[in-house]
Amino acid sequence: MANLTPELERERVRICKIAKDAGLDCFETIFELITYDQMSQFAAYGGFPVRYPHWKFGMEYEHLSKSYEYGLSKIYEMVINTDPCYAYLMEGNMMMDQKLVMAHVYGHCDFFKNNIWFSKTNRKMMDEMANHATRIRRYVDRFGIDVVESFIDKCLSLENQIDRHSVYNEVSRSKIEEAPRANNLMLKYDRDYMRDYINPPQFIKEQKERQMMAAAKEMKFPIKPERDLLKFLIHYAPLEDWQQDILSIIRDEAYYFAPQGMTKTMNEGWASYWHTKLMTEKILNDSEIIDYADHHSGTVAMSPQSYNPYKVGIELFRDIEERWNKGRFGREWEECDDVRERKNWDKKTGLGREKIFEIRKVYNDVTFIDEFMTEDFCVRNKLFVYKFNKQTEKFEVDTRDYPAIKAKLLFHMTNFGQPIIRIEDANFENRGELLLSHLWEGVDMQPDFMSETMKNLFSIWSRPINLATVMDNEKYLYRYDGKEFANFKISGDKSAADGAQGEKK
Amino acid sequence: MSIKEDQNRFRDIIRGRIKEDFKKYVSQGELIGKRENEYVKIPLPQIDIPTFRYGAKQEGGVGQGEGKPGEGTGEPGDGQGQAGNQEGQHMLETEFTLDELADILGEKLELPNIKPKGNKNIETEKTKYSGLAPVGPEGLRHFRSSYKKALKRYVTSGTYNPNDPVIIPIRRDLQYRTFKTVSKPQTRAVVIYMMDVSGSMGDEQKEIVRLESFWINTWLRKHYKGLETRFIVHDASAKEVDEETFFRTSESGGTLISSAYKLCQKMIEDDYNPADWNIYPFHFSDGDNWSGEDTRLCTRLLSEFFLPNVNMFGYGQVESKYGSGQFLKDLQKDFPADERLVLSQIEGRDKILDSIKDFLGKGK
Repeated sequence: MANLTPELERERVRICKIAKDAGLDCFETIFELITYDQMSQFAAYGGFPVRYPHWKFGMEYEHLSKSYEYGLSKIYEMVINTDPCYAYLMEGNMMMDQKLVMAHVYGHCDFFKNNIWFSKTNRKMMDEMANHATRIRRYVDRFGIDVVESFIDKCLSLENQIDRHSVYNEVSRSKIEEAPRANNLMLKYDRDYMRDYINPPQFIKEQKERQMMAAAKEMKFPIKPERDLLKFLIHYAPLEDWQQDILSIIRDEAYYFAPQGMTKTMNEGWASYWHTKLMTEKILNDSEIIDYADHHSGTVAMSPQSYNPYKVGIELFRDIEERWNKGRFGREWEECDDVRERKNWDKKTGLGREKIFEIRKVYNDVTFIDEFMTEDFCVRNKLFVYKFNKQTEKFEVDTRDYPAIKAKLLFHMTNFGQPIIRIEDANFENRGELLLSHLWEGVDMQPDFMSETMKNLFSIWSRPINLATVMDNEKYLYRYDGKEFANFKISGDKSAADGAQGEKK
Repeated sequence: MSIKEDQNRFRDIIRGRIKEDFKKYVSQGELIGKRENEYVKIPLPQIDIPTFRYGAKQEGGVGQGEGKPGEGTGEPGDGQGQAGNQEGQHMLETEFTLDELADILGEKLELPNIKPKGNKNIETEKTKYSGLAPVGPEGLRHFRSSYKKALKRYVTSGTYNPNDPVIIPIRRDLQYRTFKTVSKPQTRAVVIYMMDVSGSMGDEQKEIVRLESFWINTWLRKHYKGLETRFIVHDASAKEVDEETFFRTSESGGTLISSAYKLCQKMIEDDYNPADWNIYPFHFSDGDNWSGEDTRLCTRLLSEFFLPNVNMFGYGQVESKYGSGQFLKDLQKDFPADERLVLSQIEGRDKILDSIKDFLGKGK
């Protein structure tokens, strides 16, 4: 399948060997040479050659191809997490760029293969995506593009409502503990005359009540709050077969892409770390070094108001390597507060390389930042938190406080910086209504998007949707019944369920 | 290729051909983004599928760079960099020169080029910088590419010293900008904007006029070098103002449209001889005029003075809560098929482009 020119093929073989010698462990990687138009197409499709028909891919394609044509941005590399790995090179790029992309891609491949968060992804996703496309096209032929696409719109509106961690502990999840059921309410008694002493009527009554409570709890559905809204809808919403199928396709694809979002910083950091290492030490020739430096500095440039995962990732990996090389870890280091001593600290431990390989295996962005982003690192890289000032209507530097920076980054990375929403009750008020609750963590949801999403959810669930959340420091229960929205203030610390009895606003 | 189908679907949605209810998710953004010197940023249209998400402005984030707490960080923007293989959501902003913008506008709305009247024999020459060459005057030396070439030479020849990174360019490294001369026929044009500023024209209506006038200027400027613009505001009486005041003035009181037309007539008679000038009067109002009497006066001015003397006369009626919209109907009745009078009804911000097409689509 590969269609590389002999020159590129020679470089590929060479770079592959260099990467292997450096310790990278990749799936077999197939490079293909494609035109910019194909590149825009594949990128719009999330890296895949075929996807189901939907306008959102068209939008992405239009943005990508326009911004290429206007000379705003250019996609250099694209690589898909499959086995074998597929990666694309763009026709007409400089030889130096092609080498850079190859080195970068081998970094990604190694990460895909070895990072544990990717261990559950379908490595034959190329085929799977094509199957999805075929299935959805078949529905389009039967029901018409408008009907099918509108349904997909609704599914995509809920696409982020999955439980990203559920795939890693499926076993323990499926084992729902059987609650011990006391059929006999009475305690054991040996002699009949002891019966009423051991089990007085009062006790029996209490026991009965307790059992009723337990039964009521079991009646509650779902038993535990559910994060995977898509799965829930697939199982319990009143859907046609084809709708069910589409929903499960959307869900499968969301789960496939999830680890890439969970490891964006690490993955790009790792690939950038390796392309710099391999390029500058082995691959480049003298005449290419300036163009390389120009290109690389553009990739890792960070502007005041955007977080660049390439930059933060590569700097963190380098920092970790240096710290473990010089023994700057452990209790002794933590407790040392002599500035000069810290500056010259070098125990010649030389564990850096080993450490970063270990990190790429078991960490994801959240744990990576949480454990390895130090105060020194934030100061050195001039990181800050910005916020929107309502008075001046501008974004401003808020603080350079280290805990605040870390907290903000972690907040953005946890659940991809999206609100965490759970299904509390699918038979709310005993009327088959859906009750969702938002675990509010200090940031409100965007109201217009929230109500539109609730509408979409309504059209799938077909019964009223209730959502408990916080807006402007007040707890509210929002309700959409298919015709109109209502909101109720939830008073005090009462649970969301009590809110419905609250006053109507 | 199936991506083209997806693209067409997307375009159809943007244009409102299908899925009317999606219209509200389309972020046209400000049609005029930020203007810096001669650059204009406009966001490409984008549809956001609604999801449960946080409000963007509340959220803030982490950035990198200089600055003390309280100092601004500038506008949010996507930094340069490689696009990865991961899904991301961002608003794409593009930067154009006014010239390019006019081209895009023309292409998008399929506008015909204007055939200017006036003296076509006088031509002006304009230089356009278009490339790089190894020879040229020192004043046109291109620093960045000369430096890069010199740096490359140092590195390849092994004389580059990182500890003392002094680069001395030699003759061979130097790069100069080259230009070519393009000639343009010299034609003169003036746009006279008139706007009703009576109480019924709210901020939203004025914003629409501002956006319209920006696009009209951009398009006309492409065809006429040295385009002049004049501004007239009116309620019951009319006066000439500068551009800034034009979009800010708010008056209350009645509306006599003829007052503006008379002032405009005087302006043309005094300063712009229709034999030499391409004249474009545009009038924007919400369609309320004081009396039928005054409207009759307006139509007389139009048919006797304006239409014979101008390239085209544009009337844009901006929908407002208070306006009756009668004036447009009157004009439609009195001038059923006059090409020189272009009428356009602008219902809202998203109809601006349609209205521009009305105005400029005739190639006058």
